[in-house]
Amino acid sequence: MDKNAVKELIARRVAKELKDGDVVNLGIGLPTLVPKYLPENVTLILQSENGIIGVGRLTDENKDVHITDAGGNPAAIIDGGCYFDSCTSFGIIRGGHVDATVLGALQVSENGDISNWIIPGKMIAGMGGAMDLVSGVDNVIVAMLHTQKGQPKILKKNTLPLTAAGCVKTVITEMGVMRIRPEGIVLEEFNPEYTIDEIVAATEATLIISDDLKPML
Amino acid sequence: MARIITAREAAELIPHGASVMIGGFIGCGTPLHIIDALVETDNGDFTVICNDAGRPDFASGRLLSAGKIKHLIASHVGTNPMAAEKYTKGELELTLVPQGSFAEMIRAGGAGLGGIVTPTGVSTEVENYWYVDRVLEIDGKKYLLKKPLKADFALIGGTVCDTLGNVWFKGTTKNFNVAMAAAAKTVIVGCEKIVEPGEIEPENIHIPFNFTNYIVCGGGLNG
Repeated sequence: MDKNAVKELIARRVAKELKDGDVVNLGIGLPTLVPKYLPENVTLILQSENGIIGVGRLTDENKDVHITDAGGNPAAIIDGGCYFDSCTSFGIIRGGHVDATVLGALQVSENGDISNWIIPGKMIAGMGGAMDLVSGVDNVIVAMLHTQKGQPKILKKNTLPLTAAGCVKTVITEMGVMRIRPEGIVLEEFNPEYTIDEIVAATEATLIISDDLKPML
Repeated sequence: MARIITAREAAELIPHGASVMIGGFIGCGTPLHIIDALVETDNGDFTVICNDAGRPDFASGRLLSAGKIKHLIASHVGTNPMAAEKYTKGELELTLVPQGSFAEMIRAGGAGLGGIVTPTGVSTEVENYWYVDRVLEIDGKKYLLKKPLKADFALIGGTVCDTLGNVWFKGTTKNFNVAMAAAAKTVIVGCEKIVEPGEIEPENIHIPFNFTNYIVCGGGLNG
């Protein structure tokens, strides 16, 4: 699968996790593709941590230098949407008023630990809003490639500094859909382009195969 | 009542080594004209408290390029590679704070609170950062007690300001500006338009005038 097809597949499957009317915060990159694949009867209320609830569709007409998204790019607002300051924004996030967040990760562990803000000695991005999002939002969905340059990203224990411990609920990759359950990480859906053996081999964590395993999408 | 001054006069108020809060989110809501003037002064060694490092040579990134920042306290520096580069070379002290804590620690600084108690950062290396006083357990759940943030100056990027110093923000420019206006000793508001008192409806004022010391009119946001 080429890179764009992989991203589309992941975004398409993430879209099925979200319900009509959910307040959702989407991370930068792949997660921003998700709204494209929502069924017609599902409308999300998008929250952007720089101070918007009800992110709208950007057109040439509504572009305004005073309105950006959390990546600093031009953004727009829906009718009825509103702007607020960062304290309110993170009150909404930490206070459990966001239903779901979709974000990328460098590593996820079998008990739901996530690392996505620093690679010591290599990449210092900073946690931005990610630590608050994964700590405050109940439904944390990780959307990412299953491996990085052939190396597993789903591990028994993360080697990179954590963003938060035990917070991830669902991991969606081009290989399948995994849920973090009390017994560990469970493969519940798989991409038929891969064999179960291939998926297990690409996962360092102990992947529990669901008795009710289904094809994804 | 606030005094209306030029960007250059504003920049000259800020001494070498001062701590400076800068509002805005990757430049949106940052008083760019005051930053430009600050770059022109001989002063530096600033402790800058700003959400991000802007972009290369843009917003707080301009101060970074000019070598005027000694210590940057921010939540995210990924939009300006120079921050990590300078930090790695030992030319910049860098403190990373989760964005929600960053906002709330500034709010605490301005609101007379001794700190904030938040679950964000529990079980991560943030537990060992200087601004974390201790780990607390309340009703069986772990929290971090984080210290307030205050500064000598706050540079606020407003949209409309009246001559008293009341400020109104358009779009997403409010961000950290509102909390910062209360957390600094001297507050300088950059704005695009200055109006008479009463022209901004009292219900729509985002920063009350009593926080504002100086106003700099800078015209449009990006010019």
